[in-house]
Amino acid sequence: MSDISRIHLLHAAMVVALVICWFVLPVYHAGNLARIMVFAIYAMGYNLLFGYTGLLSLGHALFFGAGMYGLGLAMHLGGVFAGPGILAGLITALVVSGVVGFLALRTSGVAFMIVTLMFAQAGYLTVLLFGTYTRGDEGFVLPQATRALMGIDLSDAQNRYFAALILFGIVLFFIGWLVRTPFGRCLVAIRENEERARMLGYDITRHKLIAVILSGTISGLSGAAYCLLFGSAQAAFAAVPYSIFPLLYVLLGGMGTTIGPFVGTLFMFYLIDWSGGNMMVAGVVLVALALFAPTGILGEIRRRFTPWLP
Amino acid sequence: MEFGPHLMLAALEGAITAAILALTAVGLSLTFGVMRVVNVAHGEFFMLGAVAAWFISTTIGGHPAWGFIAAVVLAPLIIGLLAASADWLVLKRLDYDPERTIVATIGLLYIIQQGALIGFGPNAQPVEPPFSHRIALPWFEWTEAGFEMYYPWGLSTNSYKLFIIFAAAMLLLGLWLIMTRTKVGLVMRATQQDRDMATAFGIPVERIYALTFGLGAALAALGAVLIVPVQQAYYLMGHDPLLLSFIVVIIGGLGSLRGTVLAALLIGMSDGIISVFFSPTLAKIIATLLVAMVLVFRPQGLFGKGVH
Repeated sequence: MSDISRIHLLHAAMVVALVICWFVLPVYHAGNLARIMVFAIYAMGYNLLFGYTGLLSLGHALFFGAGMYGLGLAMHLGGVFAGPGILAGLITALVVSGVVGFLALRTSGVAFMIVTLMFAQAGYLTVLLFGTYTRGDEGFVLPQATRALMGIDLSDAQNRYFAALILFGIVLFFIGWLVRTPFGRCLVAIRENEERARMLGYDITRHKLIAVILSGTISGLSGAAYCLLFGSAQAAFAAVPYSIFPLLYVLLGGMGTTIGPFVGTLFMFYLIDWSGGNMMVAGVVLVALALFAPTGILGEIRRRFTPWLP
Repeated sequence: MEFGPHLMLAALEGAITAAILALTAVGLSLTFGVMRVVNVAHGEFFMLGAVAAWFISTTIGGHPAWGFIAAVVLAPLIIGLLAASADWLVLKRLDYDPERTIVATIGLLYIIQQGALIGFGPNAQPVEPPFSHRIALPWFEWTEAGFEMYYPWGLSTNSYKLFIIFAAAMLLLGLWLIMTRTKVGLVMRATQQDRDMATAFGIPVERIYALTFGLGAALAALGAVLIVPVQQAYYLMGHDPLLLSFIVVIIGGLGSLRGTVLAALLIGMSDGIISVFFSPTLAKIIATLLVAMVLVFRPQGLFGKGVH
């Protein structure tokens, strides 16, 4: 079997497995899995920039928050339906990531991390500043009646699960396709050796900017989906920990792999859940990963057993 | 109170912020300058300093001055050793690779913060100042009757707050002397300029790194010990100093100690003054965006000379 058909098979098997999970798993875990899939979309968006392009951002909560508040405020204050709401979330994330990418990409390395961190902090504080509309830390709730798409009630557990799964599947196949296109190959080339890619005549700046915008928009899609499916928007989702989470998920699952973000999100979600929301677990995992397994779970598997892994 | 005295009071508060910020940020700048390590856990060492000060002063009891003296000596020492061992156990093994050290220090941040939550508890705890006298401040005015000096009601500070400014200035002077006049300082500067060359000359670079990391953390802890009698010890208190230190180190030019102190004065004073007259959230937004812009358009900082 060729590598490409293996990859397609793997992704399809994963989606099928997730469909089966709904019917097999107890209600509580199935509910968790819906949440995990939404966060895995966030992690996949982050992975596109960090894992494939090699740019470490510490401010992705800004894009997640842009999607969340883009949809949330449009529906909450603008009174639009879910469809245009998602569009509003995506456009907000697109514009924000375009501006941030344009400015932040003038820097590199440590400066890039700090610039993205600062932008995200400014974004978080802006949410607090306009507390009259966003209700700050407390947040606001989308009424159940408005959370419907094409007549399907998304606040229902089963509909919510499959909506999350459909979005997850779309993003998974999109990224699986994207990283095999010449564009995706060029991103990997930038990660491996930026100077060399530049010497070969690729427009590095343009590629990086598109990577930031795609990554930010996918993260924004995740934020909008979270707000729509789980019905609330809070300032905490735009704060520093939510910039750290996708980094954690991707590092644990395996940077630069298509299914690593999902695996990392799954493990980390249950690890934090099991420890009662204690962030110390996250800290220990981060240090341990940095020390012992910089390539993550899937990176290790790929190195030892299956070199074809996407 | 009129505008003038009000401004003076704001400036005084700003000067205290600036003094503590200078100590904390110089610690961050030192680790970045010498080791090229961005220490995201720096704010947590600040918090640990405050917690240690509370712990020491409550254990010793008696007159608060004894507790304070013990805390000034012991807290930076303990936290410096802790940081040096973190460097030895974690950062050294990562070969100081920029991305992996950032990940590891983010991990350290959460470990220390949650550790403090478990060991110290979620409540803010006050620490008594070693001494505190109310000092009324005079205000001068040109009136029709001529030059006049009077003590407006409410315009006062306390002796301990003035001591903070003085102590921070002395400590910074001491650090400057260490860096420029002693062998340790010379060796540290040599390591900063060229790690490989320093190794070739037989400088134990790894030990210098551990020392630098410990010293940086000790400076943050010292800043916290000084400020904690005015504020309170709290397990989440490391967040603001971290962000402000980042801002200061960037504005001052990454790794430049003199620029860092100048920037700390600028940021601390303007933070004090702006937050009296404007919404503190808006002030923070402007400050963070300003910093991002400085990094984007003038990466060597406002006072820095050139790119490394």
